[in-house]
Amino acid sequence: MMDSWQHLTIHEAQSLLHKKEISAVELTNGFLARIAALDGRLHCYLTVDAEGALAQAQEADKRLAAGAAGPLTGIPLAIKDLIATKGLRTTCASKYLENFIPPYDATVTQKLRQAGAVILGKVNMDEFAMGSSTENSAFGVTRNPWHMDYIPGGSSGGSAAAVAADLCLAALGSDTGGSIRQPASHCGVVGLKPTYGRVSRFGLVAYASSLDQIGPLTKDVTDSALLLQAIAGHDPQDSTSAPLPVPDYAAALHQDVTGLKIGVPREYFGQGLDPEVEQAVRAALSHYERLGAELLEVSLPHTEYAVAVYYLIATAEASSNLARYDGVKYGWRDPAAKELHDMYLATRSQGLGTEVRRRIMLGTYALSAGYYDAYYRKASQVRTLIRRDFDQVFQTCQVVATPVAPTAAFRLGEKIDDPLTMYLSDIFTISANLAGIPGISLPCGFTAQGLPIGLQLLAPPFAEPTLLTAAHAFQQTTSFHRRRPPL
Amino acid sequence: MSLTPEVVTQIAQLARLRLSAVEVEMFTRQLNDILLYVAKLNELDTTEVPPMTHVLDLTNAFRPDEVKAGLSPDEALANAPQQQRQAFVVPKII
Repeated sequence: MMDSWQHLTIHEAQSLLHKKEISAVELTNGFLARIAALDGRLHCYLTVDAEGALAQAQEADKRLAAGAAGPLTGIPLAIKDLIATKGLRTTCASKYLENFIPPYDATVTQKLRQAGAVILGKVNMDEFAMGSSTENSAFGVTRNPWHMDYIPGGSSGGSAAAVAADLCLAALGSDTGGSIRQPASHCGVVGLKPTYGRVSRFGLVAYASSLDQIGPLTKDVTDSALLLQAIAGHDPQDSTSAPLPVPDYAAALHQDVTGLKIGVPREYFGQGLDPEVEQAVRAALSHYERLGAELLEVSLPHTEYAVAVYYLIATAEASSNLARYDGVKYGWRDPAAKELHDMYLATRSQGLGTEVRRRIMLGTYALSAGYYDAYYRKASQVRTLIRRDFDQVFQTCQVVATPVAPTAAFRLGEKIDDPLTMYLSDIFTISANLAGIPGISLPCGFTAQGLPIGLQLLAPPFAEPTLLTAAHAFQQTTSFHRRRPPL
Repeated sequence: MSLTPEVVTQIAQLARLRLSAVEVEMFTRQLNDILLYVAKLNELDTTEVPPMTHVLDLTNAFRPDEVKAGLSPDEALANAPQQQRQAFVVPKII
């Protein structure tokens, strides 16, 4: 029993639950036992809510018995620890919020609860989602399930590793510059960043508000469609959420890719791309040709400026967003501080980690008097150029295919002392956030060492169905997504 | 444009951060590396390009002004580092 269910996807578990071959309580207990057995080594979870999860599972079993199940009834999930969960600690992997208990649910949390999901707990990340390796967590690193000496990617490293290691059926993450797609790629799972505005950000702790978006990390593309369906939609509590109807994502899975035009941007296959990664991605492209898709070379000429634009805009927004951590209304405060100004300085300096303070510093500088035009305004103008590149390319193709990252996962500690090198590891994922378009990362190969490699597909705004069609067609005819790490 | 340790200390003041001497040295070096890298944006002529502040064409997202239940004072204060008589307590200001 123990081993037969652990590799399940959401849709496989749903079928077993509905056939009464397994109960939600059994499933939840199974995951809790597996977390207890393996998470000491991996450290995906910051908080496990065994009691809450079992209560939700009991409720799910009642609903299943009554034939009143919702789309995710009894499905055990993990949530990145920057999405508010009422009554359940939400730390953002920061010392500052170590004991923060949200008094409300994020809209996505509420939607998962309404759909019947079981919330196993909250998973690790880079502090305030700032990082590409999960090494910036104030509570310790998460390890890559494929190789314990390697990073799982970031910032949603705990989400990706928990899905890869079967410590949940699927997870939610957030993506500001690649934070869903890059860890999904490094852990060999599927990560979907929806179009900006597709999913409500209400209750998502803000890093860079014009770029942040919540999305699913799952074992296959069918599950991505299921989970996106559950969380997408307009929300009056998020004024930037799009007032557009939500399509039937599952229906997109059964379209075929014959005649689909896939653009291959030459700027993503140049210097710095690891040969093993290039080989796997090129093989995936050839596979699409065999499936009947048409490849065409395209150009996104401003790609090389994306990292520079991102690290000015994201840090500028962060410096403003993180001003709220002042030690007054919630969170940690240095108890030794005697005077108000001193309290701000002492609290923020000790409560926030090095990378977070580095980004606040950079953003404060980029917005400061005399430098605003040279940095923030300039970056916002180049952002327009990056968006125009995509608008133009999507007139000739429906999907753009690229590597997710220039290399497979790197070693723990390898880039931690060199922020610029770390930033450059996001070079292929950042443009999608700047342009606001959706992207998906799916497994397309392994290095000789056995580390997963990811393929990224990008599409025009709100064309998630096209992404799901293309990604599903690939998984129907390949088996990379079915491999599991040796744990 | 190169950042001096004095400017770094001044930015830290604006951001309400206190840096040790070692951190000032480290941030000066790292922020200069990053600023040198982002200077590549100056290769592009953007005179005629409007800045993008937002990716969606949304303006004025209105909704009805309805009275709804909010947090109770106890809930709002539950995460406060220090509280007293239904108020946040802060150190002396003057």
